[in-house]
This record gives sequence, C-alpha cells and structure tokens, in this order.
Amino acid sequence: MTGLAVGERSARGASATRTTRRLSRRSRERIAAGLFLAPDVLGLALFVGVPMVVCIVLGFFQVDGFGGYTFIGLDNYRRMFADPLFLGSLKTTLLYLVVLIPGLFVVSLALALLIRQKFPLVGLFRGAFFAPNVISLVVIGLIWKFMLTDQSGFVVRVLGFFGISSPSWLGNPHLALWMVVAVTIWFAMGYYMLIFLAGLQDIPREYYEVATIDGAGVWQQFRHITWPLLKPTSFFILLTSTVSMLTGGIDLIYVMTSGGPANSTSLIIYYIYEQAFVYGEYGYASAIGAFIVAILLVWSVGLFALTRGGRFNDARD
Amino acid sequence: MPATDTSPAADAPVRPARARTTRRGWVRFAVALVLAVAAVFPLGWMLSGSFRTPDDVFSPSLLPAHPTLHNFSYVLTQVAFPRYLLNSLIVAVVVTVVALFFHSMAAYALARLRFPGRDTIFVLIFSTLLITFPVILVPLFLIVHTLGILDSYAGIIIPSIFNAFGIFLLRQFYLSLPRELEEAAIVDGCGYWRVYWKVILPLSRPVFAALAVLFFLANWNAFLWPMVVTTSTDLSLVQVGIAAFQQQHAADWNFSLAASTISALPTLGLFVIFQRRIVESIKTSGFK
Repeated sequence: MTGLAVGERSARGASATRTTRRLSRRSRERIAAGLFLAPDVLGLALFVGVPMVVCIVLGFFQVDGFGGYTFIGLDNYRRMFADPLFLGSLKTTLLYLVVLIPGLFVVSLALALLIRQKFPLVGLFRGAFFAPNVISLVVIGLIWKFMLTDQSGFVVRVLGFFGISSPSWLGNPHLALWMVVAVTIWFAMGYYMLIFLAGLQDIPREYYEVATIDGAGVWQQFRHITWPLLKPTSFFILLTSTVSMLTGGIDLIYVMTSGGPANSTSLIIYYIYEQAFVYGEYGYASAIGAFIVAILLVWSVGLFALTRGGRFNDARD
Repeated sequence: MPATDTSPAADAPVRPARARTTRRGWVRFAVALVLAVAAVFPLGWMLSGSFRTPDDVFSPSLLPAHPTLHNFSYVLTQVAFPRYLLNSLIVAVVVTVVALFFHSMAAYALARLRFPGRDTIFVLIFSTLLITFPVILVPLFLIVHTLGILDSYAGIIIPSIFNAFGIFLLRQFYLSLPRELEEAAIVDGCGYWRVYWKVILPLSRPVFAALAVLFFLANWNAFLWPMVVTTSTDLSLVQVGIAAFQQQHAADWNFSLAASTISALPTLGLFVIFQRRIVESIKTSGFK
C-alpha cells in the first residue's frame, strides 16, 4: 500500500500513519498471544510431544540402564510378537475391553435413564453413583481387595450366609480379571452417567410428548427418540472410555492383583510398566507403548469414520 | 421425563409432572435407592473397618463391635503418614494453581487474540488429549531424568501441570463471554495483559472453582507418576505411601483402612461441597 505513493501529501501521510498503527497493533497482538501461549505450549511440547517422539524412536533401541543405547531396528517389535507374555497381555487386554466397554456403556446409560427424572433425593442418588469416582484407584483397589479376601472377606461371608461357597475371587486366574472389570465399572459408572445425563438433557421434551400422544411405549420411545438422538454422546463415550480404559487403571491392578494370578490381569499397560520399571527394559517398553498409540489412532480414526464424527444422520438429512 | 409415561393423559393435564411421579416414580425411586446404597456401600465398609480392632476387622457386622481411634493414631504417629499427606497437599496445590494460571493464559489467547496458526495450534494442543499419561510414562521418565529433576518435588510437579483438558474447557468458557467487556478496556488503552488480569481472570472465578477441584482431586489421587519419579520415601505422596504400607503390613487391614479413609476424606469433602460445580464441568467436558 505504501508503495503506491501517489496523491496528496496530507492524505498519504494520514494513510501511512493509520497503516503503521494498525500493523503495530496487530503485531502487538501476535506477540501477546505468543507470550500467553508460551508456558503451556512449551510445557506440552516438552512433556507430551517430545516423549511421544522419544517413545517411537526408543522403540528401535536396546536400552541398558541410563547410558547404553544400541540401535536394534525392529528387533523390539519382533521380540514383541514372539513374547508369549506380551501376546498373553494383548489377549487379556482385548478380552477386558470387549467386556468392560459395553458393560460400562450399558450400566452408565441405564443409571442416567433411571435418574434423569426429577424425583425425591435425585441429587443425592446422583452423588452416590458418582462418589467412588473421587476416590483414588489405590484406595478403591484396597477396599475391594479387602472385601474379596479369601475366607474372611465381606463378599465371601455374605455369599456364605446364603449357602454359596466362594471361589478365590482374586486368586483364581479365571475370575480375577472379571473382578477388575466389575470394580472398574463400579468406579467409572458415575462419570459416564453424568455425560449421558448431559446428552439426555439436550433431547427436546416435546419429542417424547408427541410420542406419548401417539401411543408410543417406553421401549419405542427409547428406540426411536432417545437412542438415535443420543448417538453423538454415545460416540464420545465409546471413544473416551476406550482410551482411558486401555491406558489407565494401572493403580487398580497394581494394588488389587499385581498383574496376577498367573498373569491373568496383566493388561498391556501394566506389562509396559513392569518391563520398564521392574526389568529396566526401556526400549522394549517404548516399542509396546508406540504399538498402543497406533492401536488408539486406528480406533479413533475408525470410530470417527464409521460414525462420521459423531454426526450420524448427516447423510440422510 | 415423559419417557416412562405410557398411560395417556387421562388425569390432570394441568399438572402432568405431578401425576407422573406416582406409581412409576416410586418404583424408580426404590430401584435408585437400592442401587445407590450398593454403590456407596464399599466406601462405608472402608470407613467402618477403619474404626475396628484387628480381631473385629473381618466381622460381617455393619458397625465395629468396639470402635477405636487407635488405627488412626497409629498411622499418623508410627508411619510417616503426616509427611505423605503434606507432600500430597503441596504437590496438588502447586499443580492446581500453576496449571490454572498457565491454562487460562493459553485459553485466553486461543479464544480472543488473533494470530496466524491459531487453529493449528489449538488442534495440536487438543490432539495431545489422545496421548494419555501411562503411554508416554517411559520416555517422560527418561526426559525428567535428563533434566536432572528425578526424585524431587519439581520432578513430580512440573510434568503434572501440562494437560490440554483444562485449556480446552477454559477456551470454551472464554468463547462464551461477551466481547464488549474487553473491548471497553482496550478502548481505554489497556494492554492485553491488563485485560487478562483485570477483566478475564475475575470473570473466570466460577470455571476456576470447578477446574481447581478437578485438578486437586486428580493430583491428590495420582499414583503412577509420583511412584515412578520418586525413590526417597521423604517424597512419597499419600497414595504411594498407602500402597507401600499395605504391601508391608498385608495382614493389618485395620491400619490400611484407616490410612485409606484419611486419604479419601478430603476428596469426599471437596466432592460434597463442590458437587454441583464438578457435575457441571464434567457435563461440559462432554463436548456438547
């Protein structure tokens, strides 16, 4: 603009000052933005971004303690798929997710549907379902380990009262994983219930009123109103619960079962922790970590594509 | 609400809500009551167990036969529990305060300031939500080791500060604020920092309260990172302390339960006081 340099002197001068002032304000805004963003962007880069890259890179190395890094190419990945313990934990994790995610979904949706209406003390009930969620997984794990203790635990005593003899809940390789699943659902249901409740509140009441006048029953209303309109919420819950269940809960397993008995509760994420911090296999652990990130990416992208980003009905509209 | 109402509105269309709460409503109430009691029962069992004597700790009776405070006094005097509690308090408070400050600064810039690449930066920040902590545990450990802050408060605190979740929620909140509030200040010649400090921060109080509770809870309950990054027991946080204590005293459930109760009470207290705010922040985190 200044390059034009034609016209009356005063007008040119005025436009030039306006331009510089505007420019300087814009650059001031940019500098301010940079400064405002700096702490978080640098922190996230250093403590999330860099570790992410390091995780992938380290997967190609054999790490001995803190000094020795030896490049070994894909050996960690070859080792992974020849490692019966890794394959076992992969299978366990899959089994765990296949039961846990739908279970958590159904339980939290059912709770949300149960207490969406106003009835006496509904806030108190909501609080009760959510309460376990504010307690640490370490304490949650301890409480249940205590309640499930062989012979003298509360669960065993109560079942015994009804003449049912208990197996060793946490000592039996066929049961321990399902105990972890049950405790996880109990712990997490209140959180997902709240998100479902938020989704339910977005559904206009009039739809139900019209449906009621048309004589639709409870199930029909759920099938034709609630379920379709709840799909974005369901999408969100499937995505986030899978991510958090696949990568979380080490604390619970650490306290409740330590991965046992017979590795039956050794989920991948626990296996990574064990390889790195019990056996010092940082390279191998990183390779498995990178593998999990890849699975998460495939899952997220796949779910996103399948559901068109949670907006299911766009194609039909 | 009318999802349960199958009977056509034969009675009192003037006050339908009242009419609907009758029979079906009470069935719901009863079911909810039973489930809610079942949901909090294990917490009550912990509380009850923490007052029991060693002989009584496995008794199936709901209340302790001879209630005692001995378990609490034991873990508070014979174990370094007060130290663990103090460590957790320091870490949780520092992380919460610093994180709120940094996140609100970043969120203000992302919501209000114009600069090139703003959307890209936001998407990049947002995508870090997919990279959860345990996955990068190993490389994070090596980075913290390289920085020379292993086994220190800094090592526990600094990596715990950075989390895109808070930035995201605060940005949503700032986007919803009316622009006129800041524009007046800018016309008056305020710089961006003054606008942030004098206008944005005071308006952030409600969302800060909710996030502060969530951050505090998360850090008070943190286990994996504090355990991995510290070796000296002087730096143990309360959850690490409890887990270690239980492993060393596996038979003394009365002590472990008392320790658990001590660590859970502050979080339950915060929850009771801030329940509404917590619920709201979780609902808004559902990316509506």
